[in-house]
Amino acid sequence: MNHLLFNFTVDKSKKTVLIHKEFNAEQSLVWDAFTKQELLDQWWAPKPWVSKTKIMDFKVGGRRFYAMVSPEGAESWALQQYTSITPISEFKFFNTFADKDENQQLPGSDWTLDFREHDSITSVRISIYNESLERMEKMIEMGFKEGITATLNDLEEFLNQIKKG
Amino acid sequence: MRRDIFQAIADPTRRAIIALIALQAMTPNAIADNFNFTRQAVSKHLRILKECDLIKQQTKGREIYYTLQIEKMKEIDEWLHQYRKIWESRFSQLDDLLLTIKNKEK
Repeated sequence: MNHLLFNFTVDKSKKTVLIHKEFNAEQSLVWDAFTKQELLDQWWAPKPWVSKTKIMDFKVGGRRFYAMVSPEGAESWALQQYTSITPISEFKFFNTFADKDENQQLPGSDWTLDFREHDSITSVRISIYNESLERMEKMIEMGFKEGITATLNDLEEFLNQIKKG
Repeated sequence: MRRDIFQAIADPTRRAIIALIALQAMTPNAIADNFNFTRQAVSKHLRILKECDLIKQQTKGREIYYTLQIEKMKEIDEWLHQYRKIWESRFSQLDDLLLTIKNKEK
């Protein structure tokens, strides 16, 4: 029973991933879920992974340093440096992978998150710009390679899509 | 120059070529017959697809045939699929969390 929009598109020419999602909640609550550590850690990591935020200082020039922890306890660290914040409608950060000592692995990606409420539905638009497409691929490798394998059916579907397109 | 598979499928003509040869191996001429471009333009697209290992060239007699490298296509599909999946599960967790918070407030 979920008719809330979820759109995921990859614009290869612009090296950008665009994600659009609607939430059945008011804008201030959705904003909190994206910007408060205690809420963020409850949903950011897809199960069975766990999000563990070590440092979070939500202000321009501040950062979130966190790890995705696998069920086996393997940690993948990332650093998000806030570059712009307009409560409760938009914030931007520069995202890089890092080691456990906060040493960044460049290049990174530029994230923009946009929040808008309409008829008590909050719509969030996320755009992720990657300097390189290889990095985009690496984003996936960050711990999620195992577990999810595409089937031949998905391939068929994909081929049908490009045929129509 | 290292070609990127995403760059290869970003172009609509190249996507159409992939769709065509997904059905059967085809000669460059047979492929070109489906488009209003010059053979030269079609050759250029074929060359890019070849450089990305998305298609393979086979010689039968005097003719060259192009076939689709399904494995390579699967790579793209798998990648997009996985990334989408991550966001899907992330958001479904957030949907649940928002609902929990809202219910508590009532």
